[in-house]
Amino acid sequence: MSQLYIWVVLAVMYLPMLVVVAYSFNSSRYSNWEGFSLQWYEELFNNSAIVDTLNNSLMLAFFSCALAILLGTMGAVGMAKSRFRTQGLLENVSLIPMMLPEIILGMAYLALFSLCRVPFSMITLIIAHTTFCIPYVFVSVQSRLVGLDPAYVEAARDLGASQTRAFYDITLPLIAPAVLNGALLAFAMSMDDVVISFFVAGTNSQTLPVQVYSMLKSGVTPEINALCTLMLVAVFLAIGLFGLGRALFKRASRG
Amino acid sequence: MEKKRHISLSVWPLYIWTVLFVALPLVYVVVISFLQRGDTWGVTDQVTIDNYVKMVDPMYGSIFLETLAMAVLTTALTFLFGYPFAYYVCKLPARLRGVMILLLMAPFWINSLCRLNGWMILLKSNGVINSLLLNLGIIDEPLKLLYNFGAVVVGMVYALAPFMILSCYNSIEKMDWSVVEAARDLGASAWKAFVTVTLPLTMPGVVAGCVLVFVPSMGLFFISDLMGGAKTVLIGNLIRTELTAARNWPFGAALSMVMLLATVGIIWVYKRVSGSKSLGDLM
Repeated sequence: MSQLYIWVVLAVMYLPMLVVVAYSFNSSRYSNWEGFSLQWYEELFNNSAIVDTLNNSLMLAFFSCALAILLGTMGAVGMAKSRFRTQGLLENVSLIPMMLPEIILGMAYLALFSLCRVPFSMITLIIAHTTFCIPYVFVSVQSRLVGLDPAYVEAARDLGASQTRAFYDITLPLIAPAVLNGALLAFAMSMDDVVISFFVAGTNSQTLPVQVYSMLKSGVTPEINALCTLMLVAVFLAIGLFGLGRALFKRASRG
Repeated sequence: MEKKRHISLSVWPLYIWTVLFVALPLVYVVVISFLQRGDTWGVTDQVTIDNYVKMVDPMYGSIFLETLAMAVLTTALTFLFGYPFAYYVCKLPARLRGVMILLLMAPFWINSLCRLNGWMILLKSNGVINSLLLNLGIIDEPLKLLYNFGAVVVGMVYALAPFMILSCYNSIEKMDWSVVEAARDLGASAWKAFVTVTLPLTMPGVVAGCVLVFVPSMGLFFISDLMGGAKTVLIGNLIRTELTAARNWPFGAALSMVMLLATVGIIWVYKRVSGSKSLGDLM
């Protein structure tokens, strides 16, 4: 009974995606099924708007994540070692972007960048995305640091390691999984963001989600189905490879 | 031992970034919500409360109410469907648990618009569900499933349910089941034990889930735009229109303030219920 419920919920979750996969192979542009065809995949690859915006989105997510890893990890590690008056305030304010409806941050950037006459471009996108990516890395690293035994670092220091050396040899390897976790989440959030990008993207730096949004708004777009199917395949391939890698790693470390 | 006050060097980049790109823009939004709009673009330096007075209009009142109704309904539905899911997954053996959560989260690596597109294909007047019902002879003409309030709720629940499930799951998984067993041993029925023991113990997760669903649901204008058609205008759509088409930033900023107040309100409730000091605990 309870197992049945789990499967029903998962089925509802996957139903829309199965429909999209099926329709990506439909030779008709409209809803009626007219036979198998790969034409939408061909159109997808020939659609330069989609290919360009996909490149933009990947680049954006990469740079935002890299910056967020740097700022978020350094911040969380530093905060654990610091005691200062505005510490609680800084922590809460830096986490605001995760909590606020995205549209508020979007409008804030639109207004501020316009005021400062900063042209909307990849740079403004990276600033905006980094800002909402930081909290994911920060929170993840922070909760890992809380559970960390300070004796490891103290031991390294007692044995003569410099503070920097102790960080690179002890702290960093221990928090690396948390950094990766936070960064993966941040990457997914950046790749999926419509609302903030909608406000801060320039005409030459449109992101994939905003492009898909305007295509869906304007009408029937079977290429989107092909795009979604490819993404689905990519995600399950990544999960499979990750699982396989972990299994091999486990076996290797056991043997 | 009280440590001496000091600030580590590695905090500075985060500090500067937060002041420049979080605090400053938000303060600026507050400021322009009290300014007059410029003739063609931007704002003038005239201070006014007109933007707030304008919101008293019943037209905006009904938009606020509809947004609130949608957010509350979305939160309630994600809880009703999500909690049992999280609960049942926690009852599975540990190995299967991870697989189920992975299956649940995997779609969220795929563009949310692509997934929304699937619902649009399903619900369209010539879409999958209507064709199926027509061919089975259950209905004579297509039902209007898309472009209404209900469709927006479906889209929102679908987009946000995983946050609720994950939050509840984290709470339920950590719970000490022996407390429930004790209640059962002392004669409580399964339902009574659930209501008086399990649910209160997992309340922090439930409330965190509610925050994670309620707050974004107010601002996801693209869902109401695509699934609700022109008829369903929520506060998010209104803000977008004020910012882009109408170019009335001050009014858009004032509307954002309303949304901000609602957000602060629900986070306050969360902190009261969970006793948590940091926003980071929500994740």
